[in-house]
Amino acid sequence: MESLEQIKLWIEGAVPDARIEIVANPGPAAQHSLLVGLDQAVPVARFLLEDSRLRLDYASNVTGVDWPETMLKEKRKVKQTIDGVEREIEETSEHVRPGYLEVVYHLYSMALKQGPVILRLRTRDRTASARVPSLTPVWRGAEFQEREVFDLFGVLFDGHPDLRRILMWDGFRDFPMRKDYTPTPEVEPVPAPIP
Amino acid sequence: MDERLRTELSRQGVFVTTLGELYNWGRKNSIWPLGFGLACCAIEMIAASMARWDLARFGAEVFRPSPRQADLMIVAGTVTKKMAPQVVRLYNQMPEPKYVIAMGACAISGGPFRDGYNVLQGIDRYLPVDVHIPGCPPRPEALLHGFMTLQKLIEEQELTGARRPRHLADGPPSEFPIPEHGEHGLVPSHNPELWPPAKSSA
Repeated sequence: MESLEQIKLWIEGAVPDARIEIVANPGPAAQHSLLVGLDQAVPVARFLLEDSRLRLDYASNVTGVDWPETMLKEKRKVKQTIDGVEREIEETSEHVRPGYLEVVYHLYSMALKQGPVILRLRTRDRTASARVPSLTPVWRGAEFQEREVFDLFGVLFDGHPDLRRILMWDGFRDFPMRKDYTPTPEVEPVPAPIP
Repeated sequence: MDERLRTELSRQGVFVTTLGELYNWGRKNSIWPLGFGLACCAIEMIAASMARWDLARFGAEVFRPSPRQADLMIVAGTVTKKMAPQVVRLYNQMPEPKYVIAMGACAISGGPFRDGYNVLQGIDRYLPVDVHIPGCPPRPEALLHGFMTLQKLIEEQELTGARRPRHLADGPPSEFPIPEHGEHGLVPSHNPELWPPAKSSA
């Protein structure tokens, strides 16, 4: 399998205005992924499928990740002069990273026996515009898995042929795999006293 | 009837019984279960019905494909909230007298999936369970034991008086309310006549 940097260059050569970013995985698996801009996601996916060096013809897995809004702390070392003496002081800055949802595609090539290449699509936020373009027109097998991501995370897939809930019933309103989901409290029986 | 007299008579070759005992003896030896399974417990239930453990020894080998012909519902496996209304509906379609065995941790309480978003925390929130079989999954021997417990329960049922079974009581046949799929879960979340169970005074 070619390196992600090489694949990124190929994509940028084939789809000129694609915005591609490599998301590094710091864990021992070191399974890095490609963050693809939403506007060009479908042409990029079609390129990955059709390019003779990649031929990623099998979408093995589609899943979602919820990233709620978090406070990020950054530490920096700053040199300051106090009373004529130069000292190094640690400065902490905080900023809010807005929440978003991610859809992750694991792609393999059956034809060339290679993979995986991991694609990430990131929604703009977690509420009103939690939308990504559907990749079902490119990989037909992604249909049910995208429905599952819609069902459990609430990501809307533009261009999906049949976007309905797949596990929960149609009248269900919540998205149970989101981090801020709390199930409705159930009635607990009062345990009988031990004699 | 005096138990010693009955033993003495049977020693002499005279068998004495009552109509109620005969009735219950017949009932307890031909309990036909409804053939349905929900999860891995069903595999153990199937094993119990086949040659090695042979549920036929207890007159219960005839797993019925229709609730109209079944006497016993073995709730074998995880009851999801999506499935729960159908389970209650099947129970309502069974003719009286009918019994329920909750087989395995999931059917009793939700088991390892208790805190999940789509698992019912025990079928006894909607159905009157007669025998609970713990285990994950219970072995076929445990199902046989639970089955024999149910047979004993049927044998000891009085046919008259205040403690007579439901099907001999006056009034229309009992219907258990079928929960509906609401916006956040099942509505109602339990049958208040059955749940929470009444505290036993003993």
